[in-house]
Amino acid sequence: MTDPQITPELVHEHNLTSDEYARIVAMLGRTPTFPELGIFSALWSEHCSYKHSRPILKTFPTTGPQVVQGPGENAGVLRLPNGWAVAFKIESHNHPSAVEPYQGAATGAGGILRDVFTMGARPVALLNSLRFGPLDEARNRYLFAGVVRGIGDYGNCVGVPTLGGEVDFAPGYSGNPLVNAMCVGVLKEKDLIKAAAHGVGNILLAVGSSTGRDGIHGASFASEELTHESEQRRPQVQVGDPFTEKLLLEASLELIASGHIVAIQDMGAAGLTSSSAEMAARGGVGVEIDLSKVPTREPGMTPYEILLSESQERMLVVARRDRIKEVQAIATKWELTATPIGKLTGDGMYRCTWQGKVVVEIPGQKLVDDAPVYYPDAKEDPRIAELRAASPTHHAPRTPTDALLQLLDAPSVASKKWVFEQYDSTVQASTVIPPGGDAGVVRVRHEDFGIAVKTDCNSRYVRLDPYEGGKATVAESARNVACTGARPLGITDCLNFGSPERPAVFYQFREACRGIADACRALGTPVTGGNVSFYNESPTGAVDPTPVVGMIGLLARADRAVPSHARASGDAVFVLGETRAELGGSAYWEVCHDFTGGQPPRVNLEDEKRLIDLLVTGAERGLFRSAHDCSHGGLGVALAEVAMGGPYQESGFGLDVDLTAHGARLAAHEVLFSESHGRAVVTCSPERAGPVQALAGRIARHLSRAL
Amino acid sequence: MQRVAVVVFPGSNCDADTLDAARAAGSDAYYVWHRDTDLKQPDAVILPGGFSYGDYLRSGAIARFSPVLRAVSAHARAGGAVLGICNGFQILCEAGLLPGALMRNARLKFLSRPVQVRVEATDTPFTRSYERGEELTLPIAHGDGRYVADAQTAAELEANGQVVLRYVTDNPNGSMHDIAGVSNAGRNVVGIMPHPERRNAQLLGGQDGARVFLSLEARNATQHAGDMRAVDGRHLRV
Repeated sequence: MTDPQITPELVHEHNLTSDEYARIVAMLGRTPTFPELGIFSALWSEHCSYKHSRPILKTFPTTGPQVVQGPGENAGVLRLPNGWAVAFKIESHNHPSAVEPYQGAATGAGGILRDVFTMGARPVALLNSLRFGPLDEARNRYLFAGVVRGIGDYGNCVGVPTLGGEVDFAPGYSGNPLVNAMCVGVLKEKDLIKAAAHGVGNILLAVGSSTGRDGIHGASFASEELTHESEQRRPQVQVGDPFTEKLLLEASLELIASGHIVAIQDMGAAGLTSSSAEMAARGGVGVEIDLSKVPTREPGMTPYEILLSESQERMLVVARRDRIKEVQAIATKWELTATPIGKLTGDGMYRCTWQGKVVVEIPGQKLVDDAPVYYPDAKEDPRIAELRAASPTHHAPRTPTDALLQLLDAPSVASKKWVFEQYDSTVQASTVIPPGGDAGVVRVRHEDFGIAVKTDCNSRYVRLDPYEGGKATVAESARNVACTGARPLGITDCLNFGSPERPAVFYQFREACRGIADACRALGTPVTGGNVSFYNESPTGAVDPTPVVGMIGLLARADRAVPSHARASGDAVFVLGETRAELGGSAYWEVCHDFTGGQPPRVNLEDEKRLIDLLVTGAERGLFRSAHDCSHGGLGVALAEVAMGGPYQESGFGLDVDLTAHGARLAAHEVLFSESHGRAVVTCSPERAGPVQALAGRIARHLSRAL
Repeated sequence: MQRVAVVVFPGSNCDADTLDAARAAGSDAYYVWHRDTDLKQPDAVILPGGFSYGDYLRSGAIARFSPVLRAVSAHARAGGAVLGICNGFQILCEAGLLPGALMRNARLKFLSRPVQVRVEATDTPFTRSYERGEELTLPIAHGDGRYVADAQTAAELEANGQVVLRYVTDNPNGSMHDIAGVSNAGRNVVGIMPHPERRNAQLLGGQDGARVFLSLEARNATQHAGDMRAVDGRHLRV
């Protein structure tokens, strides 16, 4: 089989512009070969190169005493007590899930698990952040059910508890659902391994599944808009095998602990190409791969296909040259194969051979580092500015009770039990706070401390005011984590937007990132990495801008973790923080007035920080019986959720509160449904009401002894 | 101190939790790899939860042919104590060491939640520290947990008191007779769907599961007739 001729059409099909192609020709000093064209297409895709987002991402705060590993590795790492560390990362699998929800979501979970265990960390928690169009459309129900089942089947089999996340429904996601998966792992800091290849002469081994024709050009697919033809991309969606993943997890951790290997990376997006090129570039070495040695699933695969396959459950390992047998013995123990396919070289070239002939030869560092960088135009869509200034036109007359019941019934507000019960949330026997509350909490065995985790994003705020929306995303995730008593430590982010080539979308992206950066700086929670997912567009337009934040918190004592829901009748109820007339972007306006607009609530980062300190201190002193963030649906929904007592409380509690003093100067619907930030509802035993009031001072409002 | 062998299949994912729970109860617990045929003289064997060999065909269908299962069968047939939790229960049914079978949940979905179960039999090595009729809260997490048996077998189970655990009020998976756990006629082999190892400490929401493991340690004083000791790898009645 001969490779096709390199024509302008072929270049275009590879999602490369003519400028980018000229850059390639200049770099090589010749026309690229067909496999080389495929390599550039993959590595210079938005998904791999961040060519539109890099300058913006550089504005994030990424340092702090707690940061062990910032952006640039497979996962970020933060320091925990007693020599421990936490590795975590969030990633999108939106495009595959839009055409094949089950496998798309399953392989999303698989990929993020591998990113974490290749750092030497054992995965202890999964979270996912999901967005779908309204459930009254059959296609959206199909996507929703398929995605949930896909995530569940994969995570359940591998044996990592799913501790939470979020699910939301809005018209802006019809045709382009968002599927973001986050994984959290723990390790001893001294055991951290990085994906930087070093040691000329060391050997590259392909470990795990063989390479098939699935997922070829997945990274490029993820970097284009979804169209009616996207259904034809179904063969580009990879197929997951969680059992092999489990074997790969155990084998990888054993390999890392053995000291026989110097680097390891998942063959994820852009497969063998990106893993080998990135590991070599990080270590400043060259690499030479004999593609005919790569185990394939079927005969007749070409170098192009082998380089770009995204078959799942494969690892690329750099082993010390004298330890090949030892590496293979560990793989065999876990019923996997480990096949030498190449070696590290000193000439800095990224070289691949096929049946003795060189088919790829590219300067390695330039391939990875010299991807083009774009500074797109940014301009707010004037229609959004109008929407921000608007207010609901038809005021359906409702009693507050009707409004509250309608809100509690709305899919985006209602309990997500149907979803999280399909995920094993207690495997590993370490779950302290299961899904259904503000944040999930896991213990670390034989230690006092625990880890709290949460993902958040209210895209309504981001759409209406990207800067405030970005701030709010970080603030809410920090608040959620702090409600359990944990101190927020740092974040990973998954930035889901439309096409960056549209000024209105790039404006949303730039402003949301500015908000995230400002909030992270103020709250002392650096960004340790993440993922940008652009081109989330369907024929009906771009998705709502959805920069999801995954927050990690440290709970000094896991046995002091505070749940979200009331636990005893007779307890005192407090609202911490101030409620203002801020109904813009609220669930109340959306659900009860069919209006998504207005100025979203503004975040006062000083207030937010004070509230977080208060929640953490109160929990450390054992003052609170429960603490719940007040956000989507406002105080009305928050109080109702607290009183219901959680997903498995049979009868719940009654609640009798007097909001007059708290909401002086506000109308009833404003007190109940305003989504002002910086608030939480806490309950405590009657005898602790005094100490709680003393600790909180003027920001606490004692509602009554009412449960 | 009892010797407790925790069998590890490549797809087991509750092996470490189970080992920890047995150790927390004071047992000398250790792993046995699925390719091993020597159980190293255990007092009890536990098959933990997970997905043994991926379970793509049918839960436990491949595991019953594994080398270690021959040793487990021999241990069981000689009267030794065997507990299967979740996937372990499925494997014991597939291997014919327990009656009945575990089918897809009635609502066809994987289900992870706390359930209420009642202890119906306390004459097994794993439930002797409970009171009969006691109600426990334990987590379940399974897709194939609907217990079925033919009418005659079901009648025998009830008549012989072989139903060990029964769901109270909420039957999560459609199991016949609300069955959450059964034993063999000899009472030495027990299978349960809930995960006692995930609820053995207040930190984890409660400790209703702890006595499954403590029961093993409590057996000395009240050994029943079928109790076994392993001597030189062979099981002898003592």
